[in-house]
Amino acid sequence: MSLKYAFFLGCVVPNRYPGIEAASRKVLPRIGVQLEDLTGASCCPAPGVIGSLSRDSWLTLASRNLCLAERLGLDVLTVCNGCFATLSDANSELKESSERRDRVTNLLHGIGLNYIGRVKVKHIAEVLGKEVGSKKIQEHVTKPLSNIRIAVHYGCHLVKPRVSRNFDNPENPTILDELVKALGAESVDYEEKMACCGAGGGVRSGVPDVSLRMLNEKLANIQNAKADCVVDVCPFCHLQFDKGQVELKQGYDISYSIPILHYLQALGLAMGYSVSELGLDQQYIWNQAIANKLGGGNGTK
Amino acid sequence: MATAKTDLEAPRKIVSRRNDFANEVTKAGGVNINKCLQCGRCTASCPSGKHTAYRTRMIIRRAMAGFREEVLAGDDIWLCTTCYTCYERCPRGIDVVKVIQTLRNMSMRVGGMLPAHRAVALNLYKTGHAVPIDPDNKDKRLKLGLPEVPPTVHSSSIALSEVHELLEQAGFLDVLETALTKQIRVRPPEEGLFL
Repeated sequence: MSLKYAFFLGCVVPNRYPGIEAASRKVLPRIGVQLEDLTGASCCPAPGVIGSLSRDSWLTLASRNLCLAERLGLDVLTVCNGCFATLSDANSELKESSERRDRVTNLLHGIGLNYIGRVKVKHIAEVLGKEVGSKKIQEHVTKPLSNIRIAVHYGCHLVKPRVSRNFDNPENPTILDELVKALGAESVDYEEKMACCGAGGGVRSGVPDVSLRMLNEKLANIQNAKADCVVDVCPFCHLQFDKGQVELKQGYDISYSIPILHYLQALGLAMGYSVSELGLDQQYIWNQAIANKLGGGNGTK
Repeated sequence: MATAKTDLEAPRKIVSRRNDFANEVTKAGGVNINKCLQCGRCTASCPSGKHTAYRTRMIIRRAMAGFREEVLAGDDIWLCTTCYTCYERCPRGIDVVKVIQTLRNMSMRVGGMLPAHRAVALNLYKTGHAVPIDPDNKDKRLKLGLPEVPPTVHSSSIALSEVHELLEQAGFLDVLETALTKQIRVRPPEEGLFL
């Protein structure tokens, strides 16, 4: 089986959490997912904040990114829920509304691009869960995360709204829990598991105190479940969980120490890559407890 | 002192206000808010409303009743994280997130933008990334064996000029400019509307 995708980086992955980019580039080709860079791609742009300011601009810029993938003749792969939401929603909107498509196509012609509508947009969780499959992932696990208790965070835009995403149950999804189990780890249940991290819709930047109140509740529930770490598939949730712990400490004197791993970083650990190769030691939160549990050399900073 | 004539006219006036604004929102976003039956499932499901006085149902109600200024110039519509739980659970299938986004787009025309969003928008225009690279992350990239600057619009001046052109043509700068020059923000009345 050979899968090949146009790799859409977005903003937060290359510019704030390059460890997730490194993990993608190391891990995916080894499990049969080839990546080709979408050279010159921009911000998706962010569905919440930019879509809220100007839906027309949001759609126009998203369509350019889709055109770049069309030029490569490859479906788009994102490792971010926000980019996934923007690119797949924009793709649908351009296909469904001829009026909007005509307007955008007109602008694209001005820069020598043409939207045809022949590429699909895939999220990494969907590709790993449905195309690669847990069984194949298991075959590549050399260092199972056997004693690690993981709190899975899906992130809202991966599964909602169901009419657009249509690949897992929006209120009770299982795709990511299954992928975590494939690494030999335990996926722990916790209260309000599907609750929003509080970052989306421009709330993190626009109304930070409200955003952190939502995060605090999430982290408290995860801590109560005695999880060792969080595994997510959205770099923006990732930023909220990781940097948000520092902000909660600084602004409200509330302390947590819960490391945050993108699924590809967790997969990387299970395939034998070190903490530093996956950029986990570059993040705000890393601790000795999880380093000890990982043990065997790759747990050290 | 109210005359008998104005008392009789008042209900008609409210009906006409509702039609104007609610229909404008419905047309702009393609989601019919007049279908809302005010059950409050959206409010009960809202993670933001759990921690604030934000009430999704109330936003829709005010929009239906034609309270244009209160909705568009107030802070409340900016408290939605776009998590879509309300849309998932709405018994009338109303895409509430799209309604909120439509209201936000309309709010930009009366200066409703939050200051922090201006910075994000300018980042997008100037660099092609809402979250651009910084020296700290260039350093992190190099340590990971990645190129110092990612192979995105950050690595191509041609790509950046395409982004500029598209955003200008799509009216992005005009939208920002309008939002900046209007600047009329008021908080919506917290009580007394009996809605």
